[in-house]
Amino acid sequence: MIPAAFDYTVPGSLDEAIDALRDGGEDAKLLAGGHSLVPLMKLRLAAPTLLVDLRRVPGLHGIERQNGSWRIGAMTRHAELQDRHDDLGVVAHAAAGIADQQVRNRGTIGGSLAHGDSASDLPTILLTLEGTVTAMGPDGAREIAAADLFQDYLTTSLDPLEIITEVRMPAMDGWGHGYQKFTRRAEDWAMVGVAAVVRKNDDGTVAEARIGLTNMGSTPLRATAAEEALVGQPLTAEAIAAAAGHAADGTNPPADRNASEDYKRHLACVLTGRALREAAGLA
Amino acid sequence: MSTTVPVQVTVNGQARNVQVEPRQLLVHLLRDQLGLTGTHVGCDTSNCGACTVHVDGQSCKSCTVLAVQVDGAEITTIEGLGQEGNLHPLQEAFWNNHGLQCGYCTPGMIMAAADLLQRNPDPSEDEVRHGLEGNLCRCTGYHNIVKSVLDAAGKLNVTQVGA
Repeated sequence: MIPAAFDYTVPGSLDEAIDALRDGGEDAKLLAGGHSLVPLMKLRLAAPTLLVDLRRVPGLHGIERQNGSWRIGAMTRHAELQDRHDDLGVVAHAAAGIADQQVRNRGTIGGSLAHGDSASDLPTILLTLEGTVTAMGPDGAREIAAADLFQDYLTTSLDPLEIITEVRMPAMDGWGHGYQKFTRRAEDWAMVGVAAVVRKNDDGTVAEARIGLTNMGSTPLRATAAEEALVGQPLTAEAIAAAAGHAADGTNPPADRNASEDYKRHLACVLTGRALREAAGLA
Repeated sequence: MSTTVPVQVTVNGQARNVQVEPRQLLVHLLRDQLGLTGTHVGCDTSNCGACTVHVDGQSCKSCTVLAVQVDGAEITTIEGLGQEGNLHPLQEAFWNNHGLQCGYCTPGMIMAAADLLQRNPDPSEDEVRHGLEGNLCRCTGYHNIVKSVLDAAGKLNVTQVGA
């Protein structure tokens, strides 16, 4: 399978990249690692007329701690996140489970977030950690909160001329974390995935819990009913089981060839239990 | 649209200057233009891993990489890993442990395993199985493939200790 023909340019700066996008018109697309876009192009589900390759744009790489968060360059590959387990916690954990090693060696965090697939892992992680992306456009840079970024199925609030330059993930020092996903085959997208991060009070009760759901809607979602059910409870298997039962409350997951709506709801509850037990150190 | 663009790559240690269409996939550059047919096209949908090669020392599925993306990069294919008479320990191990049946997945398996052993020189059986998740064997010969990788890991470690 060969993609439809397109023009190709490799700008050397962000300004040049934005200019190229503008000149390319509505069917110009950015190319980062290409592991969401190229498969779609091969299937002819996407046929951009121009690809603007970001690989020579400086400043889009690196992972640095800045105050209370991690600044991750948009072109940072999943494999680099995977290798920083001690620093990045659940970000590294989720990255290590994306597809397979070959894909993780090429796919990028910026590309994954801009693609905005609710079946992908990193959008859920960004939403769960309440991280942000910085997008550079013709009028300068702006920071977009995760909750504002994901709008609908494969649709983000990025302007067509905006480029994600970096991602900020709060460091979550002292929080427990877990990420669990269920797939038919090891390298598949999540049938359902669940991220959980938990902070405890000194007395061992839950001070704050955040639970994110992958592939349970047209965007990544928060399981707010389950989060609320956990606050103030001791982080025991019983309390986790009770909270996990609410993981699918209010969701309308799309049925697909792998799973019915009911089965996805069931998975969300089971996986929330597992992710919370992992976060609690009970797994 | 789509005039050819120049791409400079080092393939198995040899500098190559080629002209490619932007839509040309890396696997077709290797097989059709450079004649390196050891890299196979299996599923053509980034599932099976038969097309696995190394770009700058890391494994990737060459059916999902555009040739233009590897401009300036170093590529290693199965032909560059070892040669007849001087096989790579992984190639030796696949041979000695019957790590192949039809052989179609083998180049990709070996290139993926080489990346795996680079990341984790002393993997457990479980880690080898997980590390090869991106490679499918339609003969279902996984048992001996895993055995081969573990055997090669042992030999590579001995070599490194002795070096």
